[in-house]
Amino acid sequence: MSEARKNYLRPLDLKNGRVDMAHGAGGRAMAQLIDELFARHLGNEWLAQGDDGAVLPAPGAGRLVMATDSHVVSPLFFPGGDIGCLSVHGTINDVAVMGAQPLWLSAAFILEEGFPLADLARIVASMAKAAREAGVPIVTGDTKVVERGKGDGVFITTTGVGVVPPGCELSGSRARPGDAILVSGTLGDHGMAIMAGRESLGFESPIVSDTAALHGLIATMLASGADIRVLRDPTRGGLATTLNEITRQSGVGMMVHEKALPVSPAVAAACEFLGLDPLYVANEGKLVAICAQNDAEMLLAAMRSHPLGARAAIIGTVQEDPHRFVQMTTAFGGRRIVDWLTGDQLPRIC
Amino acid sequence: MKYIDEFRDGEVAGKLSAAIASEVNPARRYHFMEFCGGHTHAISRYGVADLLPENVRMIHGPGCPVCVLPIGRVDQAIRLALEHGAILCTYGDCLRVPASDGLSLLKAKARGGDIRMIYSCADAVTLAQQNPDKQVVFFAIGFETTTPPTAVAIKQAAALGLKNFSVLCCHVLTPPAIASIMEGADQQLHLDGFVGPAHVSTIIGSRPYEPFALQYGKPVVIAGFEPLDVLQAIRMLIRQVNEGRAEVENEFVRAVDRDGNRKAQALMEEVFELRESFEWRGLGTLPLSARKIRAEFAVFDAERRFALAYQPVADHKGCDCGEILRGVKRPQECKLFGTVCTPENPVGSCMVSSEGACAAHYTYGRYKDV
Repeated sequence: MSEARKNYLRPLDLKNGRVDMAHGAGGRAMAQLIDELFARHLGNEWLAQGDDGAVLPAPGAGRLVMATDSHVVSPLFFPGGDIGCLSVHGTINDVAVMGAQPLWLSAAFILEEGFPLADLARIVASMAKAAREAGVPIVTGDTKVVERGKGDGVFITTTGVGVVPPGCELSGSRARPGDAILVSGTLGDHGMAIMAGRESLGFESPIVSDTAALHGLIATMLASGADIRVLRDPTRGGLATTLNEITRQSGVGMMVHEKALPVSPAVAAACEFLGLDPLYVANEGKLVAICAQNDAEMLLAAMRSHPLGARAAIIGTVQEDPHRFVQMTTAFGGRRIVDWLTGDQLPRIC
Repeated sequence: MKYIDEFRDGEVAGKLSAAIASEVNPARRYHFMEFCGGHTHAISRYGVADLLPENVRMIHGPGCPVCVLPIGRVDQAIRLALEHGAILCTYGDCLRVPASDGLSLLKAKARGGDIRMIYSCADAVTLAQQNPDKQVVFFAIGFETTTPPTAVAIKQAAALGLKNFSVLCCHVLTPPAIASIMEGADQQLHLDGFVGPAHVSTIIGSRPYEPFALQYGKPVVIAGFEPLDVLQAIRMLIRQVNEGRAEVENEFVRAVDRDGNRKAQALMEEVFELRESFEWRGLGTLPLSARKIRAEFAVFDAERRFALAYQPVADHKGCDCGEILRGVKRPQECKLFGTVCTPENPVGSCMVSSEGACAAHYTYGRYKDV
């Protein structure tokens, strides 16, 4: 990179510059973009290796976990976050819910010709901050540029690698009848923050995205000694989708209680206004935990001791059901299915 | 949420449920139809049926806007997008309604049709202003609730002198649909009364239902869309039945009076006139049951502008949407229900909108079938 840099005399114009096709062409312009923007923000000893992949110290014990996630959220900047921190948090969470300590991230960017470099710099700075706070460095990356009109500003794909300590067995297939179902906090905040950020809807709300890295909360939960069977982050499709995924994997049913579901008044009101159900709205800083019934209170206390689990709640029970239905007792006093989401309630949410 | 949670209160519901249980005559059965899809949705989503005694049964009615839309009308909208190159705008639920040739508006969009989901018909007018070189058509569906906003959009387009905006008007009327159900009742369907429309009644008032109570001897109780509204209306219907009365009563007094919204009625009258007849899915061709755009506003009538002919198309052979819309069959009695026909792959329109009887039962209540 340093050689390319020397020959590229004009520094990147981060104030008024634009992504052009050359930034994705693999030549000097791309090298400059990587050097002056990505490496400047994200730099660390592994990324500095500058190869196609990063060579990383092998873990002494345990198993590797690898997860990847693409981010196409619109708008790119929303109350409580942006596509940058979202792409870091989302992948860290995917690694962490497997019980792994997230160690490294990669980041791939698809940029649209004409995208303002100032916006890209904001996004990358936000990624860097999120990665720093989480203690998970971004160690390798890729950049592509597509013609104007063929993308939508910027898409980011991140991949995360982590290590599961010996003895930790978490899987969506481990839920058993009688287990308790918990959530770590209020539902639907991310999705409704995005909706409010979309100008066409013309409403304002105080809702901010809950986007956050959950590996700290998860470490606290694992350390509590509770017999945790499943952890999962209910992102696209919301809690309802996540519960249905788990019942399918584990071959069980569930009964949740509407009264026990934590939903903030602002989210409840916005959902009401738009005709949405918070159970289907995306979260980016929440998790669902399934644990042995006897350990539920202990796990709840551990979750509530962490700032990201302050509003954790026990919301229901796993039950035997050959049909694998997720059912809910309504606050009204009836009963109904909480089904898989049909269609797309909110496109481009993460 | 103030003023909403009060109408979803589980404790009040429990008391009301106990009161209903003590008032029903155990020696008889009660069959009530909720006309509106909004009621169907509330009953399913909140589990209202679980709070009713075993001898009170709710039958889903035809009042779901996309459910009563016949295939031929969706075909017209698809033609506008695919053959005439228009930007076609409509409300979200419309997009997945099955049409001819395995298409829906959503699938037509994937084939290159410029089809946009909008939240308000005013957005369609804005789109027309923003795209002066394209024809913009608003596919207008729904009962009296969505009709006045369409009238406003047409008047706005007229005031702006828009040359590229038009409306494919498929607005329908509630009273002819109720009359059609009442005519058929007692032959294939036993009905003891109606839960009357909520939002529709805010526009048309309670007066239009009075002839039904008189002529057919069936009580009508207008109810709001919240679950306590529905439960209270059912209690009022049970009382009427027990006392041998058949009157129009209004549970939804906080929004509905006898005369309705006269300003909205005048607007509808100004912009629209009645069609001689209109084909409904399930109910057949009903006289004077839908609206078309008046001659004064003819330039905004997409059917005239694009010389669209209406071609009726038969429903899928195995699909019982017709019987289900008339209350003659229950969703789970259709052979296709839950197997061939699911919300992901709807064969009939009742499986599309969350207000449709089949989609509501599939999404919320199918645990009862197993």
